[in-house]
Amino acid sequence: MNIIVCIKQVPDTSEVRINPETNTLVREGVPSIINPYDLHALEAALQIREKAGGKVIAVTMGPPQAEDALREAVSMGADEVRLISDRAFAGADTWATSYALYKAIDKIGYDIILCGKQAIDGDTAQVGPEVAEFLRIPHISYVRKVEDVGSGAIRVQRLMDDGYDVVESSLPVLLTVVKEINTPRLPSLKGKMAAKKTVVTKMDLKAIGAEEENVGLKGSPTQVRNIFAPQAKADRKVLQGSVEEQIDLLVRELRGLKCV
Amino acid sequence: MRIVINTEKCTGCAQCVESCPYTSIEIRDGKAHINEYCRFCRTCLSVCPEGAIIEIVEEGDEQEADISGYKGVWVFAEQRDGHIAPVAFELIGAGRRLADELGTELSAVLLGSTAEEAGELIKWGADRVYHANDPMFMKFNDEPYAQLLAGLIRKHKPEIVLAGATPIGRSFIPRIAARLKTGLTADCTALEIDKDSGNLLQVRPAFGGNIMATILCPNYRPQMATVRPRVMKRGVYAAERTGEVVPVAAENLTCRTRVIDTVKEVSECLVNLQEAEVIVAGGRGVGEKGFRMLEELAELLGGAVGASRAAVDEGWIPYSHQVGQTGKTVCPKIYIACGISGAVQHLVGMQSSDIIIAINKNPEAPIFNMATYGIVGDVNEVVPLFIKKIKEAKA
Ligand SMILES: Cc1cc2nc3c(=O)[nH]c(=O)nc-3n(C[C@H](O)[C@H](O)[C@H](O)COP(=O)(O)OP(=O)(O)OC[C@H]3O[C@@H](n4cnc5c(N)ncnc54)[C@H](O)[C@@H]3O)c2cc1C
Ligand SMILES: Nc1ncnc2c1ncn2[C@@H]1O[C@H](COP(=O)(O)O)[C@@H](O)[C@H]1O
Repeated sequence: MNIIVCIKQVPDTSEVRINPETNTLVREGVPSIINPYDLHALEAALQIREKAGGKVIAVTMGPPQAEDALREAVSMGADEVRLISDRAFAGADTWATSYALYKAIDKIGYDIILCGKQAIDGDTAQVGPEVAEFLRIPHISYVRKVEDVGSGAIRVQRLMDDGYDVVESSLPVLLTVVKEINTPRLPSLKGKMAAKKTVVTKMDLKAIGAEEENVGLKGSPTQVRNIFAPQAKADRKVLQGSVEEQIDLLVRELRGLKCV
Repeated sequence: MRIVINTEKCTGCAQCVESCPYTSIEIRDGKAHINEYCRFCRTCLSVCPEGAIIEIVEEGDEQEADISGYKGVWVFAEQRDGHIAPVAFELIGAGRRLADELGTELSAVLLGSTAEEAGELIKWGADRVYHANDPMFMKFNDEPYAQLLAGLIRKHKPEIVLAGATPIGRSFIPRIAARLKTGLTADCTALEIDKDSGNLLQVRPAFGGNIMATILCPNYRPQMATVRPRVMKRGVYAAERTGEVVPVAAENLTCRTRVIDTVKEVSECLVNLQEAEVIVAGGRGVGEKGFRMLEELAELLGGAVGASRAAVDEGWIPYSHQVGQTGKTVCPKIYIACGISGAVQHLVGMQSSDIIIAINKNPEAPIFNMATYGIVGDVNEVVPLFIKKIKEAKA
């Protein structure tokens, strides 16, 4: 059984701050990390391997530096890794990213594919379902528990707004996982040794057999037109006077609006 | 397209490095270099004081699919247990506005549910409802949902398709984008039509809500977006409005997943928070005891109590009350933020409220930029006085 885990290297957005004077992001010293949800996907993969056997293969599409993320995956217990990297992949949106991942995963071979619910840099949650569609396999999003996994089928809990669904699927299948599913393990000493020795297999445009017009910026239907800081509200009314006077004014305004 | 640095002009001032949201610019040997992370957002172009960053358009950049035949705005009306989700009425509100602006029709797509519910969509503002009322749609499975909707889109060619950014919409709509090769913008908080091109301008938060991005899908159709619940205003309900319900047959659909059980786990306050017309929210500045007076204020105004993540992290109030990026998006008539600094991650969850009242002792707190009414003062003083004055006003 081939268990593929898609991991993405992202900037740690919890440390990103905006510079209010220039309205730009302050990225100095912001570390690159494995997308936190993907650590849960990796942990889920390792647990499925423990139950059902097979090997765990971590894949990432990204620049050469993304190799660090793959080594970290090995230190946690991944058996193999693939770095999908080519200058032609630059500027990919979710469509072009999913297309490249699909081409690579199809070449590697798969039974179960795991993704994080979303990547914290874009929060789109689209790559998992899109990869499944390209591969023409079913997917289940927001998996919070794997109840059972056999050779031909899997049963999971899917988180919904009003509770959860118990969903069964045939294999192969793609799952996207939420944080509730598990607590990712820490790298073991043995894993860290293995990570050092790992030879990261690279796959470029040719190796995955992709068409150039479908990858990178060229293959991306969406374009980022501009980026701006969240704006202030236009209709601001500054209240004057002592706190008591301000509250009097406020209560009067609210009465005028029939809110009190 | 390529973004290149004119190394003759570049002074290595690094302003572009700071402006880049994708950490794709580095200074090496005193000059800027663009690496593989570049998403071509062009932010750096306007930042460079030397004009040293240039955009080069190459042949084949604009891959034109034939988009001329696409007309009409569609919204996907999601249902759970046969009942249309509130977000569908908000999508109709937004879709109606876009359709009117484009001078085109608004259609809704309903899978499962009943004819009565389909009729409701028309009263809320749809001109037409495509209704597939096959029992297989009652429970949500990605494959048949995606196949049916993709098939309808292929056949009728709408130019815009909107769905809720809910567990359902966020899960199956991407499959359609993949299948039809078109763009999909997740979690939009604003949608406008570009006056010049007629393209849909899709605004969404990115990088954990730190910045907003405007996304376009100029060369492919339909333009698809998921929209966060409680961000758009509902359509106007008119019982006399008429329209057409078009039955749709479910044929040749594959479904390799099966929902074998549905378990409800809704806490009461969650519902209240998103439905409430008034929300009194507390942050770190309120303190554990202070939440009791917020409850009193909320009760007096017939509202619910919300909170910032800081207050939730302190354990003063359960997570289900959290408003913001990682909590709920709310859109009440009145949002009263007490002792909340106004971090962007909080603002994205409440900024479309009609009236925002901020109470904070720090006049520099960013929440005041967002507030309709700001009161600089200690919550422990202001809130009790506010309660007293409202009681007096009511008496
Ligand atoms: C990825 C990510 C997701 C996040 N998601 C969310 C989210 O969903 N929701 C959310 O809220 N946050 C979220 N946050 C956290 C957010 O960045 C802020 O840390 C948080 O909103 C701060 O809460 P606060 O305003 O209550 O606390 P603080 O920032 O500590 O502000 C407290 C305020 O109270 C004022 N104050 C103190 N004492 C008094 C007093 N006696 N009277 C009046 N005013 C007083 C202070 O002047 C200050 O402005 C997220 C962060 C990240 C990185
Ligand atoms: N470049 C990438 N390489 C590998 N996996 C990715 C990549 N981008 C996204 N993913 C996977 O898709 C999930 C959802 O990402 P997103 O759609 O970007 O929010 C992530 O949690 C990853 O599992």
